[in-house]
Formats: sequence, C-alpha cells, structure tokens
Amino acid sequence: MVDGGTVGEGTPDGADAVNAAADGGRTAGAGAGGGFIELDRVEKVFAVRRRTGLLRSERREVRAVDALSFTVARGEMVGYIGPNGAGKSTTVKMLTGILTPSGGRLRVAGIDPARERTRLAQRIGVVFGQRTTLWWDLPLIDSYRLMHRMYRIPRARYRENLDRCVELLELGDLLDVPVRQLSLGQRMRGDIAAALLHDPEVLYLDEPTIGLDVVSKARVREFLRDLNAERGTTVLLTTHDLQDIEQVCSRVMVIDHGRLVYDGPLAGLHEAGGSERVLVVDLERELPPIEAPPARVVRVEGPRQWLAFPAAQSAAPLVARIAAEHPLVDLSVREPDIEAVIARMYAATAPVTPP
Amino acid sequence: MELGPAGSGGREPGRLREGLRVYRLVAGAWIRSTMAYRASFVMTAFGNFASTALDFVAILLMFTRVDGLAGWSLPDVAFLYGLSATSFGLADLAVGSVEGLGRRVRDGTLDLLFLRPAPVLAQLAADRFALRRLGRITQGLLVLGWALAAVDVAWTPLKVLLMPVMVVSGGVIFGAVFVGGSAFQFAAQDASEVQNAFTYGGVTLLQYPPTVFARELVRGVTFVLPLAFVDWVPASYVLGRPLPLDLPAWTAFLPPLVAAVCCALAGLAWRAGVRSYRSTGS
Amino acid sequence: MGAGRLYAAVAAGGFRRYATYRVATAAGVFTNTVFGLILVYTYLALWDVRPHLGGYDRAQAVTYVWLGQACLAALAIGGGGVEDELIERIRTGDIAIDLYRPADLQLWWLAGDLGRAVFQLLGRGVAPFVLGSLLFPVALPSDVLTWTAFLGTVLLAMLVSFGIRYLVALSTFWLMDGRGALQMMMITGFFCSGMLLPLNVFPGALGDVVRVLPWSSLLQAPADVLLGRAGALGTYLFQAAWAVALLLAGRLLQSVATRRVVVQGG
Repeated sequence: MVDGGTVGEGTPDGADAVNAAADGGRTAGAGAGGGFIELDRVEKVFAVRRRTGLLRSERREVRAVDALSFTVARGEMVGYIGPNGAGKSTTVKMLTGILTPSGGRLRVAGIDPARERTRLAQRIGVVFGQRTTLWWDLPLIDSYRLMHRMYRIPRARYRENLDRCVELLELGDLLDVPVRQLSLGQRMRGDIAAALLHDPEVLYLDEPTIGLDVVSKARVREFLRDLNAERGTTVLLTTHDLQDIEQVCSRVMVIDHGRLVYDGPLAGLHEAGGSERVLVVDLERELPPIEAPPARVVRVEGPRQWLAFPAAQSAAPLVARIAAEHPLVDLSVREPDIEAVIARMYAATAPVTPP
Repeated sequence: MELGPAGSGGREPGRLREGLRVYRLVAGAWIRSTMAYRASFVMTAFGNFASTALDFVAILLMFTRVDGLAGWSLPDVAFLYGLSATSFGLADLAVGSVEGLGRRVRDGTLDLLFLRPAPVLAQLAADRFALRRLGRITQGLLVLGWALAAVDVAWTPLKVLLMPVMVVSGGVIFGAVFVGGSAFQFAAQDASEVQNAFTYGGVTLLQYPPTVFARELVRGVTFVLPLAFVDWVPASYVLGRPLPLDLPAWTAFLPPLVAAVCCALAGLAWRAGVRSYRSTGS
Repeated sequence: MGAGRLYAAVAAGGFRRYATYRVATAAGVFTNTVFGLILVYTYLALWDVRPHLGGYDRAQAVTYVWLGQACLAALAIGGGGVEDELIERIRTGDIAIDLYRPADLQLWWLAGDLGRAVFQLLGRGVAPFVLGSLLFPVALPSDVLTWTAFLGTVLLAMLVSFGIRYLVALSTFWLMDGRGALQMMMITGFFCSGMLLPLNVFPGALGDVVRVLPWSSLLQAPADVLLGRAGALGTYLFQAAWAVALLLAGRLLQSVATRRVVVQGG
C-alpha cells in the first residue's frame, strides 16, 4: 500500500476527483446542518484467530475498515464498490447498526446507529441480494402485514406504499405465494417493496441485481431511479455490476483494504483506472484487423474481432464509423468489471511496493 | 424478562412491552400459516406428542419390573414427570426457537433481525413459532392429570396454590436456560448440542426422583444451575416427602424467585452475547 | 478393483466431512456424557431394587448405558445420518443427477454413511465410553477376541442401521415429505433398539417381539457380545440376515422408485 493517503493521489485526475467529492460533501454538510450520512475516520478492527497447529492458534488484528471518511447528502444516489473483502459489507453493517465501530464517528440522519439501532431502523431500508429480509415460509403478503405493524406504519400510508410497490414492481400475483417459492428476481422485487413500506429516508442495497436476468435488472434499476426522483430517497448501492452504477448512481465510491481510494463520478473512475470497454464486432467474412483509433484490435477469430476502447468514451461514434466502413452482421459491448478497473487503477497510479 | 439487546436504549421502560408486542405479531403470523395446513399440523403435533412421550414409556417399562424407584412409587414419579414435561413444553413452545441462533450466525441471517425496529431476542424467539410443540405440553398434562388422581396427598390450600406457580416458574426457568444457552452460541456457533445437554438433559433428569442421583449432582442442579426448583424441591413438599439435600420446607416456595434470578442472569448473558457479536460480527 | 476404490473414496469423504466440525463433535461428546450420567443413575436405582434384572449385574447395566451413548450417533438410532441429505435430494429432484452417476445408488450412499458412522464412533463414541468407564464400575472383557467380535457386531449394526434408514428415505418418493417418516423412525428406533431400556428388561411377550426385530441388531446385539451374554457367530448370523433382507428390500424399492423418476422425467 501507498503510505498515508489514497492511491488516487498518484494521478492528477484521481486526486482531483477525491478532493472535489470531499469538498462537495463538506459544503453540503455545512449547508444542511451536516450531511445525511457522515463518517469521520471510522474504523473497524477484527481479531482473527487462525489455526496454526492441532491445538495452537494465533490472534491477528485485521483492519476491515481503516480511517474511512465520507459524507453523503440527502437525496444522493451513491455506488459503493470494491473487490471482495475490501470492507464494503462491514461499512454497511456499521451504517445500519449491526456492527459497532471500533473508532471514529458515524451518523445517519443525525443518529448514532450503534447506540440507537431501533430508532434508526424506522428511518432506513435495507435490501440484501443474497439473503431475504422476508419471512421465508410465509406468504409475501404476511411479511408485509408484519412490517406494517412492526414499524407502526399508519394504515393509509401502508396501503398507499404497498399499492404503489405492487404496481411498479408487479407483485400482484405473488402476494399469496410463500417467499421460498419465489424466483430470485421475484424475491428481490418483494424484498425491495418490504424495505420501502415505512418510507425510509435512505435505502441500502447490497448486490440488488446479483443473479437476475436482464429484464429484472432493468426493472430494478428503473424503479430505483423513479424512487429517488419522486421521493428523494437517498440510495447507497454496493454492487459488482458497473452497469448498476452507470444507470443508477451519479457518484461512485471505491473502497479497497478498508480505505476510500476513489470518490467521484463513474467517468472519472474509468479515467483514473484507464479502463477499457470491448466492442465485439461480427463481420460478414474474415477481414484484416479494423483500423479505428483510438480503438485497437485485441483479438481476431475468423469473422469476429474484439476492439478495445477507453471506457470513458462513448461507443456510438466508433460503432457508426465501423458500420460505415465494414460489412457488419452484429456487435456487442462488453463492460469492464470492477476488479479489472480497480486493478488498472493500481497499475496506473501506484508503483507496487513490496509489503 | 429482559428482551432487549445491549446498547440500544435498553433502559427505556417500553422495551419489554415492545418486545412482547413484536413477539405476538411474529408468532401470530406463524400460527396463522400453520393453521392453513391443518392436517399437517395435526400430524406434526401428534409426532411431537409421541416422540416426547417416549421418556414416559421408559418409566412405565421400568415399573413393569419394579414397584418403586429409589423409594418413589409410579404415581410419584409420574407427578415429577408431568410437572417437568409440562414446564419444559411451555418453555420450548415459547422460546425454543432461540436454539437456532448458531445456525443464523453461521448463515448470516441473524444480521437481518438487527435491521428491524424490535428487540432481537423477541424476534428470534417468535421465529418459526412451532405450534406442534403443544404435543409435548399435552402429554405432560395428561401424565400430570393421571398422577394427581393417583398420588396420595393431603391437599392444603397452599399446596393447591403451589401447583400452577410451579408449572409457570418451571417454564420460566427452562426458558432462561434456553436463552442463556443461545447466548453461549454467540461464542461457539457449532456448539448447539451443549445447550441440548442442559435443556433436554435437564427435562430428563427432573423426570426421575432426586434420590436416584448422586448428592453432588443434586447439589449442582440446586445451587449452580437451579433446575431442582422446577419440580424436585416444590414437588417433594407437595408429596410430603423430605426435600432434597434436607432443604427446609420454605424453599418449596422459592421457584418464582429462582425463576426471576435465572431470567436476570440469562438476560445479562444475552446482552453480553449481543455485545460481542456486534463488535466482532461473528 | 476400480469400483472398490471409488466407494472407499466416497466413504473417506463421508468421514472427512464430519471430521471438519470439531466444535460440534466436542459438543456432542459433552451431551452424550451428560445423558449417560443421567441414565446410569436411573439404571443403578433400578438395579438396586432388582439386582439381576434382565440377567445383567450392576456393572453390566452401567456398561450398557455407556455403550448406548457411544453408538447413538454412529448408528444414527434417532436419525442424523445420510438419510437427511438423501431425502432432501429426492424432494428437490436432485436425485435424478445421482442416477446418472456411473455408480450404484445404494452402494454410493452406503459408503458415505459408513464413513460418517466410523467417524462418529471414533469422534463421538470413544470419549463418553472411556469417561464413563473411569467414573463408574464397568464390566469390560479382558480378551482381544471378544473385543474383535464386538467390533464385528458394530460393523454389522451399521449395515442394518443404513438398511432401515435407506428404506425410510426412499419413502419420500411417494410421500414427498420425509418428516413424518423420519419421526416414526426415530420413535421406533429408540424404543426397539434398547436405547430406552435394554431389551432383556422388557416384560414378557413384548420383550420376545422386540428381540427379533431388526432394531435389536443395533444396540442389544453388540452389547450382548461385549458383555459376554451371546456368542459372536449366532449374533453375526442374526444381524447379517437382517442386513441382507433390508438392503435387498432397499434395492427393490429403489428400482421401483427410479422407474417412477424416469417415467415422470425427474
């Protein structure tokens, strides 16, 4: 790791993005009596026991989250990404009051989550892609009725929110089905509805599109955009799918080794990482490699060619140019995955120092 | 009984009421869903009845070969059995689901309970509320009813009063053992069987006369893990027998107090468990 | 012999799978020891009144208790062996995948269950038995021959136990839900194997009946050989007869059931 700062410091772009976001956060915070979500040098240290022999084990401290500071203003939609084990879910668990931070200051809507978990619960909604918050063996509607009474949602409000979710998320036919019999996509929509019945001011989503088909993914993303536009709900989204971020979030934060390494718009992340998308072109017949700078051919296989181009750049002019000059049958764009983007960010900015 | 987890405004006076409210809500949902499949409910309840009655079958088999066990007749032993099984059945019905804590820690579903505006213990205890456990209570009550008709007791108002007090206090003591055992699972998630030794082991132990067991064992379950106050101590008084360990007669009226102390200790253990979970995440 | 090696590997896998849960195993040892203690005291109270009940003396009765605790998990008398997984696979239809394996379905599951049983005998059985033998006077044979004969009966008991549980699991093909059958199996297993009380203590005709049922192979048969109350050969024959009958019945039921799967297309 680089000493004493974010990796982004190495490049002018990255540094600017980080600083700009931090400044923006502070400005917003000063204006509205503090940002909606505020983290100030938050830490989480775990003691990990590792078996080294038959009966012997050693204790080691792991900093899952290390002096993490950021601010999210009310109504923002933020993507929170990073490789596995980077500290994403630990952060979300601290934000929701499941875990107590080892150090630093953390506030959500002015509430300290660790101390006032139940008061906070009334104001947040949480959706886990991998685990349902619904009661597994009960019909979907029973879970909603339970939420209604557990959160003490006024009857009219509950009816209105439920009707709206049922309509927008197309849950009408599923209400009497036990949760365990729902497909992944149906269950996810059911979970999102459950998280919104009590009008939460912030919605945390952990991998909400994992395992969903293309149609379900699009439906979930559209719903989140509408929710934010109509209700001003703050959204914090952790994901492995860059398209979730691209289509939903205006801001992205990247965490690695428990530290914030990037905070800014998605385009800036591509620039900082120098990441590339790949255009897969199917031609009518085998042809010599296509010349279309700045894109470059990285692979040719019969009539199919792979062209890499900077991720921050639009694919449209490139496609237009290729279509005009070559006999085109089909084409598709492959997005870079998050791991690759982050790996490139490291490669581009920080000389790897041996630990 | 303290139903609230640590560090989340546990001093609010309304927490207990809120816990009970949420418990009723969740348990109610499970009961409704159970009753939707009535035939299945009847079968599983009967299965629960039959499998928990095995212990009494063992006692009956023993009494086909002997007339008394360590000085106790069959009606006397049946009296103990009925009390122990009924009390345990009540605890199992009310909070037995908490023994699934280790599994929920392992698969990560415990976290979900922290996201709701309700005490975790109340949610956990009501989860999968299993009405079939009425089977154990039913067979316990049947045996107790037969024993009451068969035992030779000089009933006094005090003894009559002690009967319901015993059953309820016993249920609360077993409930505290369930909760305390689950709190231990925060530390060792795979060790749910240790809990079985105290819950299911406890109910089996109390079905036999205290005179059967070694004095040290009786001391242990009187002064360390006070299961003896579920039935041994008060039931000996009702039956007009000497109390175990030559305890004075007034100790027969201690069960409510013992139950309260057990609850307080289980509550503390639970709080400690939740606190360690929230700081370690495992 | 390739097939033999395959099933040996499956058995080793079953052994290892259970061996990974060290804490659970330790917890199981603790629980078996506690239950053993409770039972020993009740048996001693019983034998105080009737010193030669069922032909056992006090030390033999104590030995019987600890043997029961040692074998409970290994012989899955109350369930808890591979049948849980098998039932789940039948219920979800995953069993169709198993049918395409180039291995015999019954032998495959038998091998896995034997691996499990051997681990649970060593991991969960030995410790309570040794502990009980140290705390109470027991009647253990001093010659290697009896011990060897005893181990033979335990092995046959494992086969009989699997035979019963395999039949119960296959019933899921028709019942679609294994819970009821499992519960019946648990109740019958505890009652008829002698887990509640040695079968030779059962009164009159009831005692005669339970002694010829397959469950008496599980606990009563190994106990009688260990306590020197039955010859090894006769016991082996009895156990083997039940093992063969149950495993053959399992094969028959399996072929009927799998034909159903094929007809229904899974």
